Amino acid sequence: MLKKLTLAAMLSLSVATGALAAGERSGGTLVFTAPYGSSFATLDVQASPNTQEEFITQAIHRGLYSWNSIENKPVLELADSEDLSEDGTVHTYHLRKNAVFHNGKPLTADDFIYSYKRIANPKNAFPGASFIAVIKGADEFIAGKADEISGLKKIDDNTLEITYTGPINPGFPLMQNTTVIYPSNVEDETSFAKNPIGLGAFVFKEHVPGSQVVVEKFDKYYEEGKPYLDRINIVLMAEDAARDVAFRNKEIDVSILGPTQYQAYQGEDVLKDHLLEVAEVYTRNIGFNPAFEPFKDKRVRQAINYAINAPLIIERLVKNKAYPASGWLPLSSPAFDKDKAAYAFDPEKAKALLTEAGYADGFEFEVTASPNESWGVPIVEAILPMLKKVGITVKPKPVESSALGDAVTSNTFQAFIWSNLSGPDPLNALRCFHSKTQQSACNYTSYASPEFDKLYEAAQQERDPAKQNDLLRQANNIVQDDAPVWFFNYNKAVMAYQPWIHGLVPNATELAVQPYDEIWIDETAPARQ
Amino acid sequence: MFRFTLRRILQIIPTVVVVALLIFVIFSVVPGTFAASLFADGKRAADPQMIARLNEEFGLNKPLMERFVAYVTDLAQFDLGTSFRTRQPVFDLINDRMWASLKLAIVAMVFALAVGVPLGFLAAMRPGSVLDTVTMIGAVSGLSMPQFWLGLLAMYLFALQLNWLPSFGYGNGSFQNLILPAVTLGVTPLALLARTTRAGVLDVLNADFIRTAHSKGMSEIKVVRWHVARNALVLIVTTVGLQFGSLIGQAVVIEKLFAWPGIGSLLVDSVAIRDIPVVQGTILVIVLWFLVINTAVDLIYAAIDPRIKQE
Repeated sequence: MLKKLTLAAMLSLSVATGALAAGERSGGTLVFTAPYGSSFATLDVQASPNTQEEFITQAIHRGLYSWNSIENKPVLELADSEDLSEDGTVHTYHLRKNAVFHNGKPLTADDFIYSYKRIANPKNAFPGASFIAVIKGADEFIAGKADEISGLKKIDDNTLEITYTGPINPGFPLMQNTTVIYPSNVEDETSFAKNPIGLGAFVFKEHVPGSQVVVEKFDKYYEEGKPYLDRINIVLMAEDAARDVAFRNKEIDVSILGPTQYQAYQGEDVLKDHLLEVAEVYTRNIGFNPAFEPFKDKRVRQAINYAINAPLIIERLVKNKAYPASGWLPLSSPAFDKDKAAYAFDPEKAKALLTEAGYADGFEFEVTASPNESWGVPIVEAILPMLKKVGITVKPKPVESSALGDAVTSNTFQAFIWSNLSGPDPLNALRCFHSKTQQSACNYTSYASPEFDKLYEAAQQERDPAKQNDLLRQANNIVQDDAPVWFFNYNKAVMAYQPWIHGLVPNATELAVQPYDEIWIDETAPARQ
Repeated sequence: MFRFTLRRILQIIPTVVVVALLIFVIFSVVPGTFAASLFADGKRAADPQMIARLNEEFGLNKPLMERFVAYVTDLAQFDLGTSFRTRQPVFDLINDRMWASLKLAIVAMVFALAVGVPLGFLAAMRPGSVLDTVTMIGAVSGLSMPQFWLGLLAMYLFALQLNWLPSFGYGNGSFQNLILPAVTLGVTPLALLARTTRAGVLDVLNADFIRTAHSKGMSEIKVVRWHVARNALVLIVTTVGLQFGSLIGQAVVIEKLFAWPGIGSLLVDSVAIRDIPVVQGTILVIVLWFLVINTAVDLIYAAIDPRIKQE
């Protein structure tokens, strides 16, 4: 089953990359949709952790690293090359010499030092500070105990030395939306919120609050021949139904689909051939609080995994817009174990485990859930009858999304249902099961396993990626066996695109975020282009 | 008239104060915080240090009473505070969106008035006729149809099938983009106005003074113009006032559906992420709008019917 799923995921990748046909054509306007809300919080993207602002970042800004969706890993973006010290903690970056900001300033090492200090400045309280914390001395700077970040050193204008806290892969934290590089010669920092200046392929043109952001081609972009597009209108469209009409009416070029639309589009000849799918790095799960007596027993948690028919729920409710989860790390993770089978649907085994654990008569528990259709109250309602058959009574406790986060991080729940980040960095994803990670950070199920810790800590020290992934694979399997959560599914993100759009990539970190400088429009596009 | 106007305007102040207090209390006790909302979609792990920094920056870890005093003090100086999310003054955020909201509400109301009042009038003049029956069926349908569904229907028909109008967005503020959301928003007040006008006119038509006017030999046109229209106007103005006042609040669904950048969608987004200063500011503006319109209606009453001023 898992082999088939992995194959399906790979097939999705190949279908998607099929959109990268040869014969790129320059010109045209792309109408892209930002579907995660009715507004952009700010144009100062260093200040915003929201996915919504990533649509702007992709066009206007660049970070030291970027995510390569085809290679499925972070790659150097603003440096041509890097040298690594023997212990793996000191990286010397040879910066791009042809990179220029939209205000005409050439990129130098000063811009990195300025940007990272701005992000980590305790007075700003920016969300990206935790990513900068991987640089040596950043913790002291964030705490207000130092005036400089000691790990940042300018060798010359085009050479930057960064000392990290350990032999980590800095690509993951330094490719984030919140760690992009701003020019160091802008006096009024508040202007970034209204007039963003970056190194990206597109220059900010206009922001109509609540409606759209317009960007135009940057002629001095460092990638020769790119971007292909003249202009992008990034329009805010939060309503699925409205996006559907606009897409069918060819007013927008791409649309992220929900489960119902996915099913509908698959059934229409005109639309089904232009769907880009990818297994995203989010694991939907029900987390169990071990402070609640029955969940202290591993057999009870395993019993719940055996008692629920996850594939059936995925088929009927999620309309197959998900892959059944076999463990925490998703299909696209380099540490995913394709040979490890998922919990089978086996109510008899569940009953036996409950009896062994002393819960032959079952018990009752409450699941704190948001209204989300794919990982909220509807899913809890679907598992009610399944768990009832093994004697367990489940009561959904509906809350708003922001209240769900509060309940989970304050440890005031018996169980919760959520969709959580489980990649792309497996080391960072499994940090949430390390006993040294605070419950309120991301160890929401207060998981503690000496066996897991040993493997995880070994992986932290391992510099060979293959060996590190092997250690993480074993650690992930321990989590699966211990079942601190009910492993539900990995999200399958689906984007519908118009036939004249090319260059979209299967971005497993967030499909809706696309590299605009790779996208081009062919001659079949309607006149509006 | 001056004292009457002054009294009506001064009545706005205590209402605004009570509303401001209610908003503060409600959003201080509902579960969920801005910091928690940042990772509510599960796309990033919770960061306790960041939560602590944000709570400190926004003063959310201060005692409730201290926050309340700061809120009232700022409000007394017409300072709506700073948005947690955008870190910009709430006044600027509302100002950015206010014109779009007003434009939508005004055009919707003009549409409702221009179609609803004449239809109701004509239906009342010919009770039981085909026009009357059709108007009333239309009015009941307009009142009972959910705006969201009606909007989708309009999108499907006028954008997708007929390709006459864009299905969404503000465009460059063009009238074309305004038509679908304004008409959809205007349907409910239109239906209500048609029904109210019909009822008001029928009521007047059965009054003794109308019979007297007819018996004096006044022409039909003069009777309608001088007696029927003027007397039915009070009811129509009341309906217009109530509908116009609440239209900005009602526009939330339409703004979300048509991606229209008004303050309704700003409010919904802000509630979801607990951007409390924006929520408080936006609700205050909506309430203030309602009160201003209703005060204006009161003043218009007095102009139409001097008895009201005397009361």
